[in-house]
Amino acid sequence: MQTNVDITLRVNGAAVSRRVEARMNLVDFLREELGLTGSHVGCEHGVCGACTVRVDGRIARGCLMVAAQADGAEVWTIEGLSDTGELRALKDAFVERNALQCGYCTPGMLLTAAELLERRPDAGRAEIRRFLSGNYCRCTGYEAIVDAVEMARGR
Amino acid sequence: MTDLVADRWILDRPNSYIGRSVPRPNAPRLAEGRGTFVDDVELGRRTGHAAFVRSPHAHARIRSIDTEAARAAPGVIAVVTGRELAEIHDPWVGVLTHLEGLKSAPQYALPLDTATWQGEAVAAVVAESRAKAEDAAELVAIDWEVRPAVTDPATALDPDTTVIHESLGDNLAWRRNANFGDVEAAYAEADHVIEETFVFARHTGVCVEPRAILADFNPAEEQLTVWHNTQCPHMIQNILATHYRLDEHRVRVIARDVGGSFGIKVHTYADEIATAGLSILLKRPVKFVADRMESFVSDIHARDHRVRGTIAVRNDGAILAFEIDALTGIGPYSMYPRTSGIEANQIVNLMGGPYVFDHYRAQATVVFQNKNMMCQYRAVGHPIKCAVTEGLVDSAARATGLDPAELRRRNLRADDSYPCRSAQGLPFENLSHQESLAKLLEAMDYEALKAERDALRERGVHRGIGLASFIEVTNPSAMFYGVGGARISAQDGATMRLDARGNVFVATGATEQGQGMEAVISQVAATAVGVPPERLRIVTGDTDHTPYGGGTWASRAAGIGGEAVAQAGRALRQQILRAAAAMLQEEAANLDLRGGVVVDAATGAERIGLDEIGRICYYRPDTLPDGFQAELVATRHYVPRKYPFAFTNGAQASYLEVDVETGFITLIDHWCVEDCGTVINPLLVDEQIRGGIVQGLGGALFEECVYDRDGQMLNANMADYLVPMAAELPDMKCGHVESPTAESDLGAKGAGEAGTCGAPAAVMNALNDALAPLGAKPLTDMPFTPRKVLRALGRI
Repeated sequence: MQTNVDITLRVNGAAVSRRVEARMNLVDFLREELGLTGSHVGCEHGVCGACTVRVDGRIARGCLMVAAQADGAEVWTIEGLSDTGELRALKDAFVERNALQCGYCTPGMLLTAAELLERRPDAGRAEIRRFLSGNYCRCTGYEAIVDAVEMARGR
Repeated sequence: MTDLVADRWILDRPNSYIGRSVPRPNAPRLAEGRGTFVDDVELGRRTGHAAFVRSPHAHARIRSIDTEAARAAPGVIAVVTGRELAEIHDPWVGVLTHLEGLKSAPQYALPLDTATWQGEAVAAVVAESRAKAEDAAELVAIDWEVRPAVTDPATALDPDTTVIHESLGDNLAWRRNANFGDVEAAYAEADHVIEETFVFARHTGVCVEPRAILADFNPAEEQLTVWHNTQCPHMIQNILATHYRLDEHRVRVIARDVGGSFGIKVHTYADEIATAGLSILLKRPVKFVADRMESFVSDIHARDHRVRGTIAVRNDGAILAFEIDALTGIGPYSMYPRTSGIEANQIVNLMGGPYVFDHYRAQATVVFQNKNMMCQYRAVGHPIKCAVTEGLVDSAARATGLDPAELRRRNLRADDSYPCRSAQGLPFENLSHQESLAKLLEAMDYEALKAERDALRERGVHRGIGLASFIEVTNPSAMFYGVGGARISAQDGATMRLDARGNVFVATGATEQGQGMEAVISQVAATAVGVPPERLRIVTGDTDHTPYGGGTWASRAAGIGGEAVAQAGRALRQQILRAAAAMLQEEAANLDLRGGVVVDAATGAERIGLDEIGRICYYRPDTLPDGFQAELVATRHYVPRKYPFAFTNGAQASYLEVDVETGFITLIDHWCVEDCGTVINPLLVDEQIRGGIVQGLGGALFEECVYDRDGQMLNANMADYLVPMAAELPDMKCGHVESPTAESDLGAKGAGEAGTCGAPAAVMNALNDALAPLGAKPLTDMPFTPRKVLRALGRI
């Protein structure tokens, strides 16, 4: 069985080549190989959403993909999307509305919310709640997050 | 009890930030993924990564451990057993002297010869990556002698049940009996004596960031540095020093960002203590981050109570007596150093807290069992005592035919009756039950809501309204833990320093877990000194660089940590004004500091900026008058002394709908009016309340650590253990009454746990209000799953 894989991908706009263990998942690759620690590890079985990143334009769980699957992909993380300013309206709304407390789920929540605003720009509160229901937050009770998404949409 | 008179100077400061929804200084960093959680800290390639071999059995003796294959596995640095680790540390015993009679057995970082719960770490593998450590952990071969597992608290004390710790003689950890007044006489006088049994499932915190520790021992200077997502850096410093026989100043604990804690991260976890020991043994950094599966079987569990409760009430609604008999199983050890007796103790102490009654009897029995350990989790004991109290009050309402709100009005303590004592003798300084309930009923438009509920019932829509009044322990004094011998600080310190550019550093012993403590500290500091918040730098979570303090627990950070900052800020302002007075040849009393500028106190006219004061004091002290030395650092400490706790109070209401075909419950609305004294930051208080409510809703409706009879946890993953997600939850309306504590100048009480305290009771009462017309007996067995609802309705 092949245990190492050579991969080349773009992460936050920059080309990256690495030899990785075949079993290494994408979020461990981003955190441990590239030092992109903004994507968090919460459950490692695809439930909590803390490791959400953007792969080829769609959100994906960094714990449910192995890094080898990202060969040739375009990956964006919270760090890159913060630098480009794409998440600024959402981030500002989250801060203003206190839609984050400990902040551990927040990068994943922001990436999911950004996709929601792109795909369902007219979503009402119930639909926002459903769209975000794959991202676990223990701190806020979610109401502030729903408010912040609505606030960001208007900006 | 003492009549206190507070000096509210800080509420009268010009340009006050108290009571304003100032944004959190640390939030943008977290929102951009630029925080520093423990697993984000890298100490280089010599770092070893620990994985633990965990017991697959609830109770089993270790005959032998064969580590040879694991030691030979690729990338393995060491494999360490309990006996090897025991050579460098001393065990601990989780008892407190004020919980008289509480006993527990010595606990080691890794057990010497017997595993006592499924998931207990029994050996450690350290390798160059976590993946390699896990590979090798599978190669550790343990010869087990499986022993009978003690799992049911109801039979734990039976003579034929296995005794978990033979040295203790039996499985009884603690029993407390309390008796006030004459319960039997009250029963004789009452028109109704109603008994119900309430069950609270085991559940757990499920912090999104798992427990994590990175320990780095430097043998050349005998210095242990630990990055740890703890709520209490100084407590952990003391524990590591004590049990590894180090001097306390040779242990530094750093707690940067913490990904939620809720009481989960306030305890002494054996695997974390073991990780520090591995670093000492191996003389290199060692990191351990719990994965989610091991979190479920090693993070403390909580609640797990069966409570038989009784209320005695007259036909006019007067509550005469409460009685409880509570039973809980806490796992195989009492947790160190806070003990696993506190949850039961709180229930005994706080039952019936909002109400006036004279007769009370209680028994609490705490037993050992072979399940994961139980200990303090957000709102310790409160959701239990509140649900038992409020469930019985609703039973009394049904028995007397009085409206639940009216029955509460007749029995809630009067707002002008303070200071006074509870039936159990606990002192209440200043509460507002009547006003809180009135405000709650107004916010929910109670009468209109009842009419809507009744109209919908006619159409086959089954909705219910539930009320719950509550008290909550906050701002604990040394009477909570210190008096029992625990080295847990009730006091907190703050150090504030003016820098050379006129900015202010604030170091505090209180810690940030996401609740917004840094914002609260910045508001208090800015107000007390007289500078805008953007001129502050807040330093927390580092035993080398902050004053000694208790950290975050029992809703204490704002009320105690905040008061220390208020006092330090006032002292620093006075010191700055003395320096300004020396420069300006003016009386300090004629000056004030506002908006970062020293002004004439009477006219507000600008005299000198803080940057100029910093420049002169640090670079040109030669220009100051002879004999004047500027002091630009101030430290103050604070601890409540007059009252053991600052009780808060409030009331919650739930409005929900039950689908009688599926048993599903839809939460429609939730209200909370609470009184945490001075509200420092309205936005943060409301979000503490909302987050707390949802944690309470989780316990009431979804969350349960399911064990089988052999002590195997069956749902130790996030797919099977249900937590509240966005789609299931309602929006929540918050309101406030402000009855400041006079024990501090700030007057703030805690706000972190009130939501969790009252939510399960409100939901339970709403559910039973919806079910009652259908002839169902009251449901009192949390979590209220669809299956239980259908059973109550006789559908299955």
